[in-house]
Amino acid sequence: MKILAELREQGRGQDMQALVDHLPYARFLGIRIARLGNEITTVLPFADHLVGNVRLRALHGGVIGAFLEITSIVQLLFDTSCERLPKTIDISIDYLRSGRAAETYGRAIVTRHGRRVANVRTEIWQEERSAPVAASHGHFLLTPA
Amino acid sequence: MSDLEDHLAQIPHAAAIGMTFVSRGANTCVVRVPYAEHLVGDPDTGVVHGGVITALLDNASGMAVRTDPNEFTEGRSMATLDLRIDYMRPAQPREDLYCEATCYRMTSNVAFVRAIAYHDDPTDPIASSVATFMLGTKAEPRP
Repeated sequence: MKILAELREQGRGQDMQALVDHLPYARFLGIRIARLGNEITTVLPFADHLVGNVRLRALHGGVIGAFLEITSIVQLLFDTSCERLPKTIDISIDYLRSGRAAETYGRAIVTRHGRRVANVRTEIWQEERSAPVAASHGHFLLTPA
Repeated sequence: MSDLEDHLAQIPHAAAIGMTFVSRGANTCVVRVPYAEHLVGDPDTGVVHGGVITALLDNASGMAVRTDPNEFTEGRSMATLDLRIDYMRPAQPREDLYCEATCYRMTSNVAFVRAIAYHDDPTDPIASSVATFMLGTKAEPRP
């Protein structure tokens, strides 16, 4: 992916905000990256076009899934600064409670990083980190540049 | 407008990604997402982001639960318990996405749904999913 190679050449291989700004779908969702040292948190500000149930004003299940997937991939790129976008092989999502009309945060851990496949576990939450909205684990294909 | 079309029209995120109702069967339904620039995940290739496929599979799976009027009465609430997606091949740029979802089992508390996402041939899927839904959940916002 051109943007990843460019960022790496500029010594900004870990500038995940520049990466998500470059992805139309991540921009459409409104995803931002908060970085403190070597830790990143993805941030999804609430917006009306993310709602799946008007009566509950709850986030759409697909938005939750997409946010988990993007959080997983961003963490993987942050850890490895590889030149290709990892490809999702599979992702398994547990919906734990409804996502309210509030800002949502995501953190991921790369539990195993092999030569071809990485395993990533991700959680997203709103007001309370100890009360996650959803969790996922996924397998991602790492293709050589 | 059918009840499922009406239901879909009331979902803001479904409208935001251009999701439309195509057809329904006894326990199945087909939903479409037309190709659009704002759904792209990789600007180098123009391929739609996996998250769009997730939203499509999730939404169509929920609608498949609503296809059986004897089992699922209007106004009844449900919540996705889990969703597992396998991505079999990359989506093609500038092609519309379709999803066919089948609710193959419904108990008093839980519905089980399989779904596939494809461009024009359901036997050559882009992704497949299995989902479970909890039925009769609270229809009011979480405190």
